[in-house]
Amino acid sequence: MKTAAQTMLTGQPRASDVVLSVRDLAVDIRTHRGTVRAVNGVGFEARAGETLALLGESGCGKSITAKALAGIMDPVCDLADGEIVLNGTDLAALTPKERLKFAGPELGIVFQDALTALNPVYTVGTQLGEAFRIHRGLSAKEAKAEAIELMKRVGIPEPESRVNSYPHQFSGGMRQRILIAMAVALNPRLLIADEPTTALDVTVQAQIMQLLRKLREEGQMAVVLITHDLAVVAEEADSVSVMYAGNVVESGPVSEVFSDPRHPYTKGLLESVPVHVERGAHLKSIAGSPPELHDIPAGCVYQSRCPLVQDICRAERPRLLPVNGSSAVVQTGAEDDDGDNGLGADAGLDGGNYAGNFAGTRPPRPGRVAACHFSKELNNV
Amino acid sequence: MSEPLLQIDGLCKTFHVAKSASGNTRLKALDGISLTVGRGETLGLVGESGCGKSTLARTLMMLETPDAGTVTFEGTNPFRLRGKELLSWRRRVQMVFQDPFASLNARMSAGDIIAEPWATHRSLYPSSREREARVRELLHMVGLRPSDARKSPQEFSGGQRQRIGIARALALNPDVIILDEPVSALDLSVQAQVLNLLNDLQQELGVSYIFISHDLTVVRHVADRVAVMYLGRIIETGDTEDVFDHPRHPYTAALMSASPKLDVTGAKRDRIVLQGELPSPLDPPSGCRFRTRCWKAQDICAEVAPEPRVTTAADATLHLAECHFPLESVRGLTGAIAASG
Repeated sequence: MKTAAQTMLTGQPRASDVVLSVRDLAVDIRTHRGTVRAVNGVGFEARAGETLALLGESGCGKSITAKALAGIMDPVCDLADGEIVLNGTDLAALTPKERLKFAGPELGIVFQDALTALNPVYTVGTQLGEAFRIHRGLSAKEAKAEAIELMKRVGIPEPESRVNSYPHQFSGGMRQRILIAMAVALNPRLLIADEPTTALDVTVQAQIMQLLRKLREEGQMAVVLITHDLAVVAEEADSVSVMYAGNVVESGPVSEVFSDPRHPYTKGLLESVPVHVERGAHLKSIAGSPPELHDIPAGCVYQSRCPLVQDICRAERPRLLPVNGSSAVVQTGAEDDDGDNGLGADAGLDGGNYAGNFAGTRPPRPGRVAACHFSKELNNV
Repeated sequence: MSEPLLQIDGLCKTFHVAKSASGNTRLKALDGISLTVGRGETLGLVGESGCGKSTLARTLMMLETPDAGTVTFEGTNPFRLRGKELLSWRRRVQMVFQDPFASLNARMSAGDIIAEPWATHRSLYPSSREREARVRELLHMVGLRPSDARKSPQEFSGGQRQRIGIARALALNPDVIILDEPVSALDLSVQAQVLNLLNDLQQELGVSYIFISHDLTVVRHVADRVAVMYLGRIIETGDTEDVFDHPRHPYTAALMSASPKLDVTGAKRDRIVLQGELPSPLDPPSGCRFRTRCWKAQDICAEVAPEPRVTTAADATLHLAECHFPLESVRGLTGAIAASG
């Protein structure tokens, strides 16, 4: 823990500092049927000590976004546009070689499938120590000592003996801990977690999420959590960006977005979860399926599944515009009963004066935005 | 409860494996499972990976032979049947698999996949005209178009493929369908469509479901009764609402608590986070299997395996839990959270 403590002292980050700022990120994929835009003008901010969730279904571009942030895109993907500003440096403008310096000390990533993410022919000690050998120039022996410290930090029992084990000798939950240990080895400012618990049982998932929370608080890391699970977002994240067909369609603080969604897709997703529904009753579902990336329609990306669709939606793509949670709108929400308790205590979000409420306590932050021509009419659906 | 269609009593299944770390070669995947499934009822089966859910499903499909215990299906033991009787019994229990991409043959058309069970059960639809009509009917029942019969599986989305899997299971007009994680590979918006379809089909056909899932939110929505498995045993069973709202076994309480909740208020809740992982089924703990992770464990738990005991007295529905120190209703749950810190 010596090195960990040192780093934390030197670069003591303040809460609510913007660590990562992504603007207009666009990623193209070259396919046999032509180039498709998998990520289209995505932007968000991640703050120190907070978790930002990128929420979306398979194929929405959330994992490609994560890989673009980490600079580990597949060879068929191109970064077409945008800025990835991490602590003042635009990663998108750097060469791959320059970016290597950031992978580890500044940015860590945790993948979904720990068994394929770990190398089966090296011991976990070797893999955990790699960051220390490369970035700190430690000897193999010193790196192993650091690896043991790391294993202690992420709660792996008997690290002294297990440091020489191979990945297959660990359970799924322990492997995920090892992967997390590798990501946080050099105390990065930003941790990207791509579906970190999807392959795990719920009791182990709870342990891993607890560990991520602990590490986030210890290091005041900004966490970008990529997930398809609404409940995980509700429990773990501070803010959320909802992605659909390569676009962010809505973003804002989780408590607000989930209690009063302003995009029909977010609303549809929330209503698809069988909670507060009588057992066996019909669930509201979103008809159809997401568009193929090869033929994303002109106009709104969600038009083919949207209950509110009008001519303007087919002609003109809605931009992400601020939605002010005016008190009238918030009060008439269907989830009003559930919404009142937590919201008021959190940050006084139920009032109309959203920016004003924040002004005194925290730095101003972008409020809620949604990309829908009819976000105001959404309550009537 | 409705009239039992399927009754399982003391079912055991041991696998012999290559030598483990402890030298034990006998893996008790099922260790005395007793269950009933009523006609038209949905039984939810929950538990962590490795607890024996899939072995139980495979045994009910007669893909495994149990070492001990009985399965009674409308008064007959299917494991005693031979020849034609066995064939006609197999028709009555069908299965839908988790992965809609792996469970459909990519070289067959959707129509051929649905019709394939009739190659074995020839008497069901003897003429090709009947078979074609029935395929169209089945496609319609699961919400696909008759023209989809000619398409191959890769032309369908995940949700549509799962519909084909369901149509294939329905092709033999079964009494019981075992659904092994039927929606966990699907996106949320599609998951709701498939759950609605399963619900409609059950209303229409009166078929019973054994619904295996790790997603407690989904199980709560679909199941009439729920059985919680841990290391080859059912440690708690009862009416779904009763088990979810008043879990008696500490493991059930921990499982409910660990499962993330979609709570729009954003209020952070206390929860039980179990320490450690599932012990190896090769070396299950003595006495109560859950005692190594249980915060209520005492000396007796290591010595005596708890018997299932009835925990609901007032209600007519049976709520069983295998625990020496069952939690007391809601008060017990909040106490448990405090105790586990």
